[in-house]
Amino acid sequence: MSEVHLELTNVGIEFPTPKGPFRVLEKVNLKIEQGEFISLIGHSGCGKSTVLNIVAGLYEATEGGVLLDGREVNEPGPERAVVFQNHSLLPWLTAYENVELAVDQVFKKSKTASEKKEWIEHNLKLVHMDHAMHKRPDEISGGMKQRVGIARALAMQPKIMLMDEPFGALDALTRAHLQDSLMEIQKDLNNTVIMITHDVDEAVLLSDRIVMMTNGPAASIGEILKVDLPQPRDRLALADDPTYNHYRSEVLRFLYEKQRKVNH
Amino acid sequence: MNPLKWSLVEPFYKLMIGEDRKGQLNSIIKMIGLPITGLLIFLFIWQGAASHIHTSLGQFPGPVKTYEQFISLQEEAEATALKQKKFYERQAKRNAQRIEKDPDFVPIIRDYTGPPTFFEQIGRSLVTVMSGFILASLIAIPIGIVIGLSSNAYAAVNPLIQIFKPVSPLAWLPLVTMVVSAVYVTDDPTFDKAFLNSMFTVLLCCLWPTIINTAAGVATVTQDLKNVSQVLRLSWWTHVRKIVLPCSIPMMFTGLRISLGIAWMVLIAAEMLAQNPGLGKFVWDEFQNGSSNSLGRIMVAVIMIGIVGFILDRGMLILQKAVSWDKSVTLR
Repeated sequence: MSEVHLELTNVGIEFPTPKGPFRVLEKVNLKIEQGEFISLIGHSGCGKSTVLNIVAGLYEATEGGVLLDGREVNEPGPERAVVFQNHSLLPWLTAYENVELAVDQVFKKSKTASEKKEWIEHNLKLVHMDHAMHKRPDEISGGMKQRVGIARALAMQPKIMLMDEPFGALDALTRAHLQDSLMEIQKDLNNTVIMITHDVDEAVLLSDRIVMMTNGPAASIGEILKVDLPQPRDRLALADDPTYNHYRSEVLRFLYEKQRKVNH
Repeated sequence: MNPLKWSLVEPFYKLMIGEDRKGQLNSIIKMIGLPITGLLIFLFIWQGAASHIHTSLGQFPGPVKTYEQFISLQEEAEATALKQKKFYERQAKRNAQRIEKDPDFVPIIRDYTGPPTFFEQIGRSLVTVMSGFILASLIAIPIGIVIGLSSNAYAAVNPLIQIFKPVSPLAWLPLVTMVVSAVYVTDDPTFDKAFLNSMFTVLLCCLWPTIINTAAGVATVTQDLKNVSQVLRLSWWTHVRKIVLPCSIPMMFTGLRISLGIAWMVLIAAEMLAQNPGLGKFVWDEFQNGSSNSLGRIMVAVIMIGIVGFILDRGMLILQKAVSWDKSVTLR
């Protein structure tokens, strides 16, 4: 068993509201190893995104803390790259320039101009966007935008990649394509990933472990499911696989029996 | 760009090749026929009303009289140009003769001193308004960005903006005049004091819309983009340059266009009072002159002021289109 890479210890957070502090998270404990793919699943509003934002450094935990390779996380940084839900590309820059902004920032001195160019093109190629790299976000489809968003995150060469419902806004076919791309990249680069999802199939297909969260307020981790399916995974072969379906129903049972959302 | 696709040309072209004849005729009527009809009706009313207004300087000028004055102003300008040419020729000849007699003589070239023509006055007005406007923009845009980024700075500056924004240029002018004559003391003035007075008055009046709109534009940067900037650890300057500026350009230009419009209006009043050569002074001088042609000439100036103001706004629109990244938005 390899060493702990990212560690969340007793993480809790409160937000001030006019009616007094509102507790979103309480006692979130999680240890993640290098190269692991973790999915966070739970009902909407349970605080999944808050967990991710704390790891990203965009929010500061009220109590507890996050350690990345033994160092405390207290501000955002490119070693914890974020793939945002709605891609968050700069609309006035082309795909290439969007990745370039990240590369220029992260490899300011360590890469020469030609190395940077090569690295940008390499990452766009990884997500199959090399054919449209000089197009602006409004000229490409939603799925392509999200590919560029992933390329931008990969190009930062992060220690950990944080994905906030990256495929949530895409249609089912595009989503499947992107999931396959992500699995392929994950196999090559062995990144550590935390991904938020609403999609049970996506969680089982992609993850090494699925972290299931209880309902808020004061949400915490309910159960952690280890997905012991051999890599690489093939969505067609797995569709009839009893183990796969077992994991699937485990997650569904957690979401719809144990944590049934009462107030919609 | 394909000239056949220009909105003024396209209907005629389509009409010629016989595509949707009725639709093209309708759009030609709407695009050219209706504005011309409007203009004709206006001229008709103008002529009718003018013939009933009698002033101490004679009858109020109708369109015909105004046009005559426009032609006469043009002729005067041509005559002046000829005089000026002759003046310089005489001067050059005289200097050449003196050098012939005395090789050590260093000639002094004297400028032509006749009064500026109507068209020169337009040029002077444009120089003054653009200097004031550009200087104001250079001050207003950075301030707008800073107060847009920091709510504390906004809270500190906003009351001042709200108080100074509605102040009339005529209230500023005496103060500006006194300050300029106290501060700007040189033996060899590069700038005319009257020019500085009008320019600073213009500047003070056209700062505010740019500041307010730039600040509002900066506020349109979404949390998502701020997060991207934070994750990338962009420096303050890179954040402003790469994210805030492009985001706020549409609103910034709205402000700049309002500012330039105000600047042009203020300028005419400032020139009248500061006696700075330009259209404002032209109007004032004609009013003081009080000849039977004066009202017609003022009318020419009024129309010219309108046309120049319109061209300035179109110029800003073209500039806005050139720098805006979102080409899908129709700007007008």
